[in-house]
Amino acid sequence: MSQVSMTVNGKSASGEIEGRTLLVEFLRENLGMTGTHVGCDTSQCGACVVHVDGKAVKACTMFAAEAEGANVTTIEGMANEDGSLGTIQQAFQDHHGLQCGFCTPGMVMSAAALLADNPNPSEVEIRDYLEGNICRCTGYHNIVKAIMAAAGHDVSKIAAE
Amino acid sequence: MYAFDIERPTRLTDAVKLLSDATDSQLIAGGQTLIPTLKQRLAMPERLVSLGAVDEIKGICTGDDGALCIGGGTTHADVAAGAGAYPALAGLAANIGDPAVRNRGTIGGSLANNDPSACYPSAVLASGATVVTNARQIAADDFFDGLFATNLEEGEIITEVRFPVPDAAAYMKFEQPASRFALVGVFVARFSGGVRIAVTGASEEGVFRWSEAEAALAGNFSAGALDGLSLSGDGMISDLHGSGDYRAHLISVMTRRAVAAA
Amino acid sequence: MPADGGIGAATPRREDVRFLTGAGNYTDDINLKGQAYVHFLRSDVAHGTLNNVDTASAEEMPGVIRIFTGEDFADVGGIPCGWQVTDKHGEPMQEPAHPVLARGKVCHVGDPIAAVVAETYEQARDAAEAIEVDIDDLPAVMDMKAALADGATKVHDDLSSNLCYDWGFIEDNKAAVGEAIANAAHVTTLELVNQRLVANPMEPRVAVGDYHRANDESTLYTTSQNPHVIRLLMGAFVLGIPEHKLRVVAPDVGGGFGSKIYHYAEEAFCTFAARALNRPVKWTSSRSEAFISDAQGRDHVTKIELALDADNNFTAIRTETYANMGAYLSTFAPCVPTYLHGTLMAGNYKTPNIYVNVKAVFTNTVPVDAYRGAGRPEATYQIERVIDKAARELGVDPIALRRQNFITEFPYATPVAVEYDTGDYTATMDKLEEIADVAGFAARRAESEARGKLRGFGVNCYIEACGIAPSALVGALGARAGLYDAATVRVNATGSISVMVGAHSHGQGHETSFPQVVAEMLGIDPSMIDIVHGDTARIPFGMGTYGSRSLAVCGSAMVRATEKIIAKAKKIAAHMLEASDADIELKDGQFTVAGTDKSVAWGDVTLAAYVPHNYPIEDVEPGLEETAFYDPANFTYPAGAYACEVEVDPETGKVTIERFAAADDFGNIINPMIVDGQVHGGLGQGIGQALLESCAYDESGQLLTGSYMDYAMPRADDVPFYAVDHSCQTPCTHNPLGVKGCGEAGAIGSPPTVVNAVVDALQSAGHNVTHIDMPLSPSRVWQAMQG
Repeated sequence: MSQVSMTVNGKSASGEIEGRTLLVEFLRENLGMTGTHVGCDTSQCGACVVHVDGKAVKACTMFAAEAEGANVTTIEGMANEDGSLGTIQQAFQDHHGLQCGFCTPGMVMSAAALLADNPNPSEVEIRDYLEGNICRCTGYHNIVKAIMAAAGHDVSKIAAE
Repeated sequence: MYAFDIERPTRLTDAVKLLSDATDSQLIAGGQTLIPTLKQRLAMPERLVSLGAVDEIKGICTGDDGALCIGGGTTHADVAAGAGAYPALAGLAANIGDPAVRNRGTIGGSLANNDPSACYPSAVLASGATVVTNARQIAADDFFDGLFATNLEEGEIITEVRFPVPDAAAYMKFEQPASRFALVGVFVARFSGGVRIAVTGASEEGVFRWSEAEAALAGNFSAGALDGLSLSGDGMISDLHGSGDYRAHLISVMTRRAVAAA
Repeated sequence: MPADGGIGAATPRREDVRFLTGAGNYTDDINLKGQAYVHFLRSDVAHGTLNNVDTASAEEMPGVIRIFTGEDFADVGGIPCGWQVTDKHGEPMQEPAHPVLARGKVCHVGDPIAAVVAETYEQARDAAEAIEVDIDDLPAVMDMKAALADGATKVHDDLSSNLCYDWGFIEDNKAAVGEAIANAAHVTTLELVNQRLVANPMEPRVAVGDYHRANDESTLYTTSQNPHVIRLLMGAFVLGIPEHKLRVVAPDVGGGFGSKIYHYAEEAFCTFAARALNRPVKWTSSRSEAFISDAQGRDHVTKIELALDADNNFTAIRTETYANMGAYLSTFAPCVPTYLHGTLMAGNYKTPNIYVNVKAVFTNTVPVDAYRGAGRPEATYQIERVIDKAARELGVDPIALRRQNFITEFPYATPVAVEYDTGDYTATMDKLEEIADVAGFAARRAESEARGKLRGFGVNCYIEACGIAPSALVGALGARAGLYDAATVRVNATGSISVMVGAHSHGQGHETSFPQVVAEMLGIDPSMIDIVHGDTARIPFGMGTYGSRSLAVCGSAMVRATEKIIAKAKKIAAHMLEASDADIELKDGQFTVAGTDKSVAWGDVTLAAYVPHNYPIEDVEPGLEETAFYDPANFTYPAGAYACEVEVDPETGKVTIERFAAADDFGNIINPMIVDGQVHGGLGQGIGQALLESCAYDESGQLLTGSYMDYAMPRADDVPFYAVDHSCQTPCTHNPLGVKGCGEAGAIGSPPTVVNAVVDALQSAGHNVTHIDMPLSPSRVWQAMQG
């Protein structure tokens, strides 16, 4: 066992870990932050996406030890300070971009990373960026629409509402 | 995963030292392939030596000879963003895996793993790049050694890859529908001295050069020059995503498209 | 209607807030004090004689608490099947034992052999590697037709063969069907495979067993679509725990799509082990484990014949289907290829003669059960593919051929034992032609062709039987349970309401849509109403959520209970207003004496119910809480018409969906936003089946698609925006809400739409391709184009 320290959602966090402890395990088990989910074991589904030093990573494919000293942001850190939903979160609710909610944390974190890099993505760019985030409920329609809306697009003309 | 320790040296020499001591150690770069492998308990190292904190092998620069030099620890995302001098290479990096994978996976890790469906080996081989390690320089034509095998010695670390920048180049990837790895990927590079074409994803022997097509394109760099050229499906990977014949056919299609796009 | 969302309002979902902030409570988020972890050692061979399981050295490993094998379960029941199908000779199906942990044999890769309970998950896994298992390999039974040959290796030695049942529906129709086919002007025949799929909800299954010795109570936290069903099956048939000592909780559940209906061995194990060890026991499935332990879907091999007369009227349909059951019978497995499939073989068409034969077969594969649509996608796929082929053979327009044969008068009794209460298939087709812009297809095709791409148009109709199901009917068909549902409306003193419902929401948005109904009925704000679900200790009873039944069945129970609340509240209001309760009207949360301005507010009446000072105590009990059970009179019959345009890259065979349109008739709609979302999701899964997904085994029974590296899940760039419309509404005639159900439609209607479009695209370029089996992967489409 060894000690690891990092900043999670602006607060310092530390704990005892093994070499094999994944970042997602540290978040869920050491810190009790269960918003970050595990949906696969081959680094594909993206339910575990968090930001490490501002970059989207799969927390199931990174050791906690590798996040020593890093600045980590999870879904628990995405709301506004007053507790209201952040822009992307609110767009997901407004446009029904989630159903069972299991992939949602990863979707929101990926969407946030995309919009940080590219504040005005096209539909094609959004769909391409979500290659590593699998949703089984929504058929992606309302996820893509929500991200477009969060980016300020007029989504009223998108088919079906 | 089996239990192991993890070390995060900050200097290359320390990493080399750790790899050569008595503890059974395995190198980990971005871990995007290794960690899933460890989860399946298909590897049992006593210790992982991480290159994540070795900053000296990260980054992109231009060499005195004009080659684009990419540190072995540079992530795919950083190559995608920083290899503008070699757009085909930057484009290849921008389409490996997904954004989160690209933020962790590294060029050195990908090359050392030499997955037969990985993208980077085709770029290295088609570019005639040089793989630089802590110990030596290895020409691309000597580096790859079949499926998941390379010329690297135990404990040898890829510190840099030097890419001569071709006059024209393009990479065309046809994705396997599930993994999104290359079912077939073709990298075409035209230099003043000739054309190099490397194919990934298809062969049971791993990445390879399509020399007949290289010859055909040497005098006439156009898709039409490939008319009549084809590869046999024998020796190509055949699985539920496509037969050997299909892969052989795709190589022709993707090569034509790469030439047209270059 | 309440200002912010009664029936028909696109109210944003209240459950989203917790899911969007990481505050959901999924089963894997539950960690109990002192919990141990279990890892299942699973068979790595598909079929073998299990001679011995030696756990001696594994028991000595660090952290091991106890290792269980099949012998530990010798005295408890096996995993039960919830349905008994009777074969065409009137004999019951063959039903193998399904032990919690394998005994004597292993029957599929993934069959659990031993369970190691340890202090940590990794310790359990370490010890599992030290267990010595002695298995003699047997030949794997994989091909269904070969499995039925004389002398074939048997999956279960104590059964007479690998045939579960040979079912004829309806046997009495068989001769007339044969005659109609013999006398037909044209017969179109098609052989097809509806491939095996894996449901793949994004949350893998989890079970946490807990036990309180002081009061002898067991609790199971599990990823289930129907906690009461699990309590019934596990308590009564497996472990022998009476219901009052067994609580099953299904908290937030990350999708199900059918795969979380069934009672699984891991649930029984965790409950059993928690009692045996007197401490909580937790199991979390990895995705890899899910691929070899979650019940899988579809896997039908079918030959269908469609007979037409000289005027292109359908005169008969005859099918022969081999349906894969896998190694054991999962909870609903036998009814999927029979009563959820054979009964739908009329489709939307007035075909007078229909005969369906289904041979259900045991193989050395993971058990197969219902997956989104369950039997109805298989029926629709056959009907709509063979109609499309017939249209091409006859040179007639596929839409016109369908329109000509539509059922137009309701109620309509089909030749396959169900009665459609209502529908308007012409209207949905009209709507489809509008939203799909059929008229503009030719120009779009020309544009695609100018870019070197082939463009195809495909159309499809579907009908499904939802709102499962009338108990007496399904009982006669072999169900071992009733399929009603229940709701309790608990009105609190201040007027707020908790509604305890038997339906379970795992993505469907019940927490938002159900209150819209009650709010509408009472004329109060929906925010005063909360839905409680997923906990047998907190809800009256319920058969859960599947078969698009939640609103049609459980929602109807909720309506009935709310009607009882209104009736009682009116009596209280009448007393307060010194009027007759027959004169009391409830509107906008006010009880008014008809024709007067005398009124009393909702909250005053509810307070009176709990503070009965001025109260009709001799006639009316205090309190305001009512329960209703609702058993539907019939299935509901959602129906619709779908259209798809694809582009095919002629050089690579890659298919892209360019446009997709869906016109559905779901009857009345409570929350159109949620309905759209349900259709989108179904379309995503249906397109996934059509183009991407396939669960494949090799000849030795090894799973070739055991992870997302080889099982192709649809991603955002595989699908387009969908045009969906549900403005055609023929309300269900027999439930109080007039609703039909919308959860499965997209997955049922879309696969044939896509395949029809791809065939159209290939034929447009002169390829003589009449059918390609799904998934229409690039390699398969390219192969088809090679002739």
